Amino acid sequence: MPDTDNSDRLERKRGREAWRVRAFTIGPAAAMLILLTLLPLGLMVYISLQERDWSGSVIWGNYSFEAYIRFIFERKLDDSLQLNADYVRIFARSFWLSLLTTGLSLLVGFPTALFIATRPPRWRATLVFLTTVPFWTNLLVRNYAWILLLRDTGPINAGLQELGVIDEPLAMLYTNFAVSVGLTYSFLPFMVLPIYAAMEKMDFRLVEASFDLYATRLQTLWQVMIPAAWPGIIAGCILVFVPCLGSYVTPALLGGGKSMMVGNLIGLQFGAARNWPFGAALGFALLTLILLSMLFYVFKVRPEENR
Amino acid sequence: MNNFTKLLATSSVALVMLFSAGTLRAAGELHLYNWSNYFSPDLIKKFEKETGTKVTLDTYASEEDLLAKLQAGGSGYDVIFPGPTTLGTMIEKGLVARIDAPKMSNFKNVLKPFQSLSVDADRSYSVPYMWGTTGFTYDPAMVPGGKLDDSWKSIFEPAKELSGKIAMLNEMSDVWNAAAYYAGVSKCTENPDDAQKILDVLMKQKPYVKVYSNDGTIDRMSAGEVAVHMQWNGAAHRTKKNKPGVVYVYPREGVTFWTDTMAIPANAPDMETAKQFLNWMLEPENAAAASNYTGYSNAIIGSGKYLSDSLKSDPAVNMPEKYADRLKPFQSCSPKSKELRERVWTKLKS
Amino acid sequence: MAIGARTHPGDPRHWPGLVFMAISFFAYVYLPIAILIGLSFNENEQATIWTGFSLDWYVKALHNDDMINSAKNSLIIATIASLLSTSLATLAATRMAFDRFRGQTAVGALIALPLTLPEIVTAVATLMLFSLIGLPLGLTSVILAHTVFCIPFAYLPIKAQLDRFDPKLMEAAGDLYSKPIQTFFFVTLPLLAPGIMSGAVLAFIISLDDFVTTFFVGGAGSTTLPIYIFGLIRVGVSPEVNAISTVMLIISIAMVSLSLLLNRGQERGDD
Repeated sequence: MPDTDNSDRLERKRGREAWRVRAFTIGPAAAMLILLTLLPLGLMVYISLQERDWSGSVIWGNYSFEAYIRFIFERKLDDSLQLNADYVRIFARSFWLSLLTTGLSLLVGFPTALFIATRPPRWRATLVFLTTVPFWTNLLVRNYAWILLLRDTGPINAGLQELGVIDEPLAMLYTNFAVSVGLTYSFLPFMVLPIYAAMEKMDFRLVEASFDLYATRLQTLWQVMIPAAWPGIIAGCILVFVPCLGSYVTPALLGGGKSMMVGNLIGLQFGAARNWPFGAALGFALLTLILLSMLFYVFKVRPEENR
Repeated sequence: MNNFTKLLATSSVALVMLFSAGTLRAAGELHLYNWSNYFSPDLIKKFEKETGTKVTLDTYASEEDLLAKLQAGGSGYDVIFPGPTTLGTMIEKGLVARIDAPKMSNFKNVLKPFQSLSVDADRSYSVPYMWGTTGFTYDPAMVPGGKLDDSWKSIFEPAKELSGKIAMLNEMSDVWNAAAYYAGVSKCTENPDDAQKILDVLMKQKPYVKVYSNDGTIDRMSAGEVAVHMQWNGAAHRTKKNKPGVVYVYPREGVTFWTDTMAIPANAPDMETAKQFLNWMLEPENAAAASNYTGYSNAIIGSGKYLSDSLKSDPAVNMPEKYADRLKPFQSCSPKSKELRERVWTKLKS
Repeated sequence: MAIGARTHPGDPRHWPGLVFMAISFFAYVYLPIAILIGLSFNENEQATIWTGFSLDWYVKALHNDDMINSAKNSLIIATIASLLSTSLATLAATRMAFDRFRGQTAVGALIALPLTLPEIVTAVATLMLFSLIGLPLGLTSVILAHTVFCIPFAYLPIKAQLDRFDPKLMEAAGDLYSKPIQTFFFVTLPLLAPGIMSGAVLAFIISLDDFVTTFFVGGAGSTTLPIYIFGLIRVGVSPEVNAISTVMLIISIAMVSLSLLLNRGQERGDD
């Protein structure tokens, strides 16, 4: 019937027009993201399966798993394969350092979030702002400040020696310790903010009720406050752990080339080590690791929060 | 603020930003790519003043970084300062431009021995920059007994008290050579067993090493962060300015003597100005200025009278005759040997 | 609850050690910065022994041509990248807010993608792409790469602003016979202006502070301030670096405060 035909055609025309407008408005941003984020990532996976040429770049079309084999095997100086733990060690170190950083951030961040949440409302915004300031400072500057503090001739060592606590300066710089201190420093706001956000919504009368029922502080903390803040805690952990895995600058500056993390190893392949396929394979591995962590969060952890 | 004012403010800020961005690049710019701390800023200003060309200097931290950047393509540098190994690789792979240096007007100023180089026999691709030696430096006040033996053993098998107080260069060729001299193995060996010996020396030393780094050697020694540092002699000279007591050692097993060069990448944006710059650097006064800043010797006749006294009186720079036979000149090694070297290096650093 | 009044025995506001921990926290956070700034005024070059107050290092830094150059590069890159990314983000955000279509969640995820990926991976992947297509590494390659990861940062405040937006205003404009383009420019944009400015400023800082991407896709003449500082740090500790760092600190904090204030201005409803 003529009317339905017309309205169909009109709807289709409006549909097409809508898509034209979308192409014009959302299109450019989406195109940039696809061309300069998705495409490079796809290229990276492709390169990881290519053979390395003399300069570290690729011989196009020569497929090879050499890059992935390199993860756990190495070609000994006479070309035979042997189990090699070097790179696995770097991954393990990244994993543990990130875990450690997450733990430290939690330890320091939780009381801070609790502190802010229990201050009068008009102080809170300022306190929150003060917490985030280090995040906005330049990463290089932040790490440089820690180099200043932790070096053998820095104020911490000088102070400890003055007080007679130690005789020889403590070697703090260029160690795993230095890297974790630096990482925790950078990621603290990511832990404090989500926990604070969760706590702010908490009903403190529950705490009061808990005490009325003769619970101790520890019991209240464990059974009332932490469960209430749980979504924030989990969000904070993910927000710290995941970017920590891929950090580059902090281990480079504070680790002194001896505490390499995955990020540094990847960077090395595009610099001095000149091995693009291996670098690409490492990048792909890191992405997978991160994806798995996030999936873990979505499937194992979040369902629990719906109590 | 009402809406209209906000819109006005927004657009004017946008316009200002747009115009400030318009101060883009004028013609006649020269881009240098060099080691950090290896080129005199005053010399840059002098060139800018004399020729009116703006000069920018970017830096890298190792020869491999230079090679990697150049081979990633089109990075827009006009002049680079590779060492002989890297230069050799670049010539082989067509990464540097043919400049026929002997045809340059100032080439006659180059000292005879430096008019050719093992990897660039007729200087078609490069001109000399600085030359020097790689040894190690120590602070007598920080080592047991106040003196270290002039052998590589002092740094490869250090005393227990020096653990965590030694630092090594992060330069593959230099570290490999030193370990080769110490292990008594040819630095151009193609034999995997020899390479393994070198690797063993390095791995045994690794727990004692505080850091592997090319930058900051001067600062590290001056601040007393390490007691012993594998170092290039020019850096040792500059360390002495901060800490007069340090000693630069020419180990008896062998001391690498290297010559750095200046070259022009094949895809340099401004070839003519680059060549002009290279020629200008071959003038005695300019070469001396470079030496005075970096602490290394140069290869130009007549630069002696412009050199600072401290350079001339420093045994680290002005090598005493008695060490002459410890010097081991640069050798161009086979690809197989280079491959072994790279493998050992990767294993050490991972 | 009134300040100080204990309402019940276990009131968490007064838990022992809480204030102490909070103070330690803020000390941990601000001590390094304080020392960094403090030492920039140190007369002595060795940066660890205080010998006297001096502005020499700031003067030296201001006369450092390389530093000025890299600062100029940083500003150029940040300006262009933030302009481009904010424009793209504005176009996309305004449409996304008032539209429903298949695949919209995917587009949303796409826009947020750079925030979730580790920068080292996107940096080297972009380097490989640029190398493959033969794009010279320099200001252009850096600006392109920056624009991309600035898009989500510009997008967030604009989206937040849109959430407060009343679509009835657009309807009203339509009722008054305004064409969609006119509505966009004379109603939507001005109302969104604070969010857009906030997004632009955010994108600007993110670009200004970036290191990893710039390091890998940069080339001659694209040395930015963070890259330059990295080079200086590797050579050694010097009060000049402290001075430059302090200036960077002040700029970052000023810009962030600006961005936040612009946003907060809207929440208090000053219009």
